[in-house]
Amino acid sequence: MGSHSLSRVPASILQQRDPAWAREFEAILEAYEQAGGKPDALRTPRVASAVISGNQVLAVNLVEGVNIEAQQLEHGVIARITVAPGTKVEYPVHLCFGMIPTEGLQEIFSEFEIGQGAEVGFLAHCTFPNAVDLKHVMDARIHVGPGATMRYSEGHYHGPLGGIVVLPTTHAQVDGGGRLESEFSLVHGRVGHLEIQFEVDVAAWGVVELVAKAYGSADDKIKVSEVVRLDGEGARGLTKTRAAVRDRAISEVYTTAEGNAPGAVGHMDCTEIVRGEAVARNVPVVVVRDDQARVTHEAAIGSVNRQELETLMARGLDEADAVDIIVRGMLR
Amino acid sequence: MDLGGEMDNDVLLRVEDVWLQRPGAEVLRGVNLTVRPAEVHALLGLNGSGKTSLALTLMGASGYQPRRGRIIFDGQDITALSVTERARLGLTLAWQQPACFEGLPTADYLALGMKQPSRERVEAALAAVALSPAAYVGRTVNSALSGGERKRIELAAVYAMQPRLAILDEPDSGVDVLCIEDIMALIRRMASEGASVLLITHRDEMAEVADTASLMCGGTVVHAGTPAEVRGYFAQRCRPHGDLLGSQPWGAEAGGTYQRVVAEGVCDG
Repeated sequence: MGSHSLSRVPASILQQRDPAWAREFEAILEAYEQAGGKPDALRTPRVASAVISGNQVLAVNLVEGVNIEAQQLEHGVIARITVAPGTKVEYPVHLCFGMIPTEGLQEIFSEFEIGQGAEVGFLAHCTFPNAVDLKHVMDARIHVGPGATMRYSEGHYHGPLGGIVVLPTTHAQVDGGGRLESEFSLVHGRVGHLEIQFEVDVAAWGVVELVAKAYGSADDKIKVSEVVRLDGEGARGLTKTRAAVRDRAISEVYTTAEGNAPGAVGHMDCTEIVRGEAVARNVPVVVVRDDQARVTHEAAIGSVNRQELETLMARGLDEADAVDIIVRGMLR
Repeated sequence: MDLGGEMDNDVLLRVEDVWLQRPGAEVLRGVNLTVRPAEVHALLGLNGSGKTSLALTLMGASGYQPRRGRIIFDGQDITALSVTERARLGLTLAWQQPACFEGLPTADYLALGMKQPSRERVEAALAAVALSPAAYVGRTVNSALSGGERKRIELAAVYAMQPRLAILDEPDSGVDVLCIEDIMALIRRMASEGASVLLITHRDEMAEVADTASLMCGGTVVHAGTPAEVRGYFAQRCRPHGDLLGSQPWGAEAGGTYQRVVAEGVCDG
């Protein structure tokens, strides 16, 4: 992989580039804000960040101990993000991915290497505000070193039309005593077609928490497939999935947790709310290969809880608003 | 429908001969009840006497539409109105076991029913139920709260709404003694600020905050009057039901509550 590394981005960045770049940068920042991001963070030297629009690396900012290398591809970018061993990154690394055009393909191949004992958070926002016929492929490799902690939060905004296919795939390894927390959220605008695949192997005393939240409407399709292998002694894993679907949308959640070592503890927690003609499905798979391991699951699929609904209506809310508050609360 | 012409202007809620059929049982059998403005009315009765069913019927909850009778609120027949419509008229309910709301902060929950939401009013409502605003405004109204905390927050939400009539379904169940004192203080405060309260309870001592009381048994109100009169009626007229003798505590053995005691000749328990 060739590397494409940019130095710190000064506050006056917009005045230093050509007008076409500035327009692209402004557009993606506006979309980034729609996705829940804070554009100012992308202009702050103290915050490590990367801004990628289509296959263009528009900006990269580095802080001590955090390196981001990026290489442009025909339809996307290869990005390698490393955090040096022992580094405690003060502010979350901000990542902005997206495309402004209505059609196209964006492929992001990323590698995260979190060194031993390091601690780092990531705030990623993926935004496709005008999607009509778009495909976003994300293939991530994550390695959380011994005793290291990585918190990764990814928010999506796909616009109102739903013309998008989003395929995020992640393979992660958490070393002994390491911790990986990952949250995926797509709760504003249309989903389109979303397929999340996440596989993680957890070594001794490692911890993984995977959270996925999505709100589908119209003909949206949501599919979440997660596999957590608790391979080391005392490894712990949690998957938490929250999905709400209405109209004719479909939600499918497939989670597998394996307890493969003494003291491994896993839990899968899935709640799906269904309205209208929507369909929700949850298939948990529990595998235990050690008699001192324990894996549990709980799932609840159904309409909005009647008492919750009527409690809010008893405060004066109409039914539609009450449902919205309950669903958005669940997805918060 | 405005029924002001045939209503007593001094009555806020009038329940007229309400019958409710639930799967397998007629749980309300001709309930009559009145609550006046700024009055605290205690509704007493044993488990299964129909108190909660009446509360849900008054609020218009799903599955609690009476098959006969009328509910008149401030001169308007609200029997066919939705929960929302009733709430917007000033009627609300604190459920016996309040619902939990994943992801909903307490401050937002309390603000939902306010006419003019503000941080100050949220904090005042929490303080009114003896909860520290600083500790609770950001807490989520979910199952991480204890039962007592959730009850207090529910009462705070009702108080924040400034209803004309608050139905409190056993606000004293599952809470500690200190909490009961706070609840009684809140009820007095609501009444002093002009709200009516229909207080559903098992506890004699809770009835002390009431101006009037009714005793329910077998799905109907068997006696109404002052709290002292209702307790006197109970002491003189009610007997332990034969089928329950020996299996459940009653009377003084039950700490002065009405549990497992039925009105002789009025209902079959």
